Amino acid sequence: MATQHQRSLARLMVAPSVILLFAWMIVPLAMTLWFSFQRYNLLDPTQTGFAGFINYTYFLGDPGFWTALWNTLLLVGGVLAVTVAGGIALALLIDQPIWGQGVVRILVIAPFLVMPTVSALVWKNMLMNPTNGLFAYAAQSLGFQPIDFLAEIPLLSIIIIVAWQWLPFATLILLTSLQSLDSEQMEAAEMDGASAWSRFRFLILPHLNRAITVVILIETIFLLNVFAEILVTTNGGPGYESTNLTYLVYSLALLQFDVGGASAGGIVAVILANIVALFLMRGIGKALD
Amino acid sequence: MARKVSTTRKAVMTALAWGIAIVIFFPILWTILTSFKTEADAIASPPRFLDFDWTLQSYAEVQSRSNYFSHFLNSVIIALGSTAVGLLVAIPAAWSMAFQPARRTRDVLMWMLSTKMMPAVGVLIPIYILFQRFGLLDSRVGVLVVLMLINLPIIVWMLYTYFREIPAEILEAARMDGARLWDEIRHVLAPMAVPGIASTALLNVILAWNEAFWTLNLTTANAAPLTTFIAGYSSPEGLFYAKLSAASTMAIAPILILGWFSQKQLVRGLTFGAVK
Repeated sequence: MATQHQRSLARLMVAPSVILLFAWMIVPLAMTLWFSFQRYNLLDPTQTGFAGFINYTYFLGDPGFWTALWNTLLLVGGVLAVTVAGGIALALLIDQPIWGQGVVRILVIAPFLVMPTVSALVWKNMLMNPTNGLFAYAAQSLGFQPIDFLAEIPLLSIIIIVAWQWLPFATLILLTSLQSLDSEQMEAAEMDGASAWSRFRFLILPHLNRAITVVILIETIFLLNVFAEILVTTNGGPGYESTNLTYLVYSLALLQFDVGGASAGGIVAVILANIVALFLMRGIGKALD
Repeated sequence: MARKVSTTRKAVMTALAWGIAIVIFFPILWTILTSFKTEADAIASPPRFLDFDWTLQSYAEVQSRSNYFSHFLNSVIIALGSTAVGLLVAIPAAWSMAFQPARRTRDVLMWMLSTKMMPAVGVLIPIYILFQRFGLLDSRVGVLVVLMLINLPIIVWMLYTYFREIPAEILEAARMDGARLWDEIRHVLAPMAVPGIASTALLNVILAWNEAFWTLNLTTANAAPLTTFIAGYSSPEGLFYAKLSAASTMAIAPILILGWFSQKQLVRGLTFGAVK
């Protein structure tokens, strides 16, 4: 049994982590909330005082906000769809008896280990560049007009880059989960004449359920915060075409120095993330038990 | 009984898997190859795969023009430093939650996880202003602390899942035998805890090395790690493919190697122990 002394020692050991995280969350968040109700622009020090909801109406009324919100949803949804579906397929393939499985695994997970600014720039310059990029060369040699990816389809291009970074993550997690599948059960199903599809549908997919939930949760956390890939490729453009919420708030704050407006945007982003989190945490709470 | 698989099927699957793997790995392979080319070979059309004059010229130029090594050093200091401080804070917490769970331990853990859900832009402005006021912008200490804080929930969780696997009975037995706290830690706990701590450290170094929101926003020159340094190639230097590739190859090589050796820990750490 834990004594009183042991219990207070335990609390003391947890305290630094809790206090640090609490301070990290609450202090800046409170400041953001405070700024969001202030007239505060670093370029114009004469503007001060209480602003009421002006910053919010300004931010929410900006057409850029709705575009950014929609882009955020497309980016998160698109990358999730590609990586989860692709990850399942790839994990099933690598799990087959093949030669050189270890090397295949190593090659497949590599993109996840590349820092975002490197992946984005390599794709932007060496693959997607309309004059010197490899894709342009491939298009030309097949007799097509090369596409200027980041100018013509900026958001889709960013989705492709980010999906490339996260496909390895989904594959690795799903493969790990797949390898803990009971092979006897699979053989029994096979003997009983279950088709490949029904084995997948009724044995494999239910087994992967938990891993898929985890992949969606973790990826969503990171995908809502995609920033570097946009900064070094399109700067959110052309117009707002590839601006997500994170990038919009960044540009208001550090490019236009509108602290009040950016803070309102930050609070809106926090609220939206919490709505998403509410749904996800329910699923994940079960998965972590 | 091993499943019997026809050789044809195995060959087809192998070819398919290798084909896809090479396509996925191709951008990295291409970057590495290009880093050994001259600028002229790098943009040659048709592209040259292996038949070019291999040279280390780009590596030398990247270093001499931009003091590459100082940024590399910044990355090392920030990644290792934030990991070390994070472990220092997290080990006692994870330890006590694993061995002395209180009624609220589960809630505290879930709350820590939920702090990861907060979008970075929600706190970007205050952090930026505070950093400006206290002269922490573009300082290694500042970024180090921020990266420690954003990864702290992952460190605590991961350590917690490892520590929970250490049987508590062993602790009890050592205590019965009259081992003092220090002996208990040194002879009983440390040997069992070290592998988990090492895996956690490894994952955190990878995450901190590649972190590209706070490093980009809080550093510009002196404290800039490789993420920020490479971002500087966005234009127009990025069109010098050989130099971009050389800088990129050096930036990703250490983590590629670390990551390949720690695939299992990666899975476990990133899923908060839910998938092992």
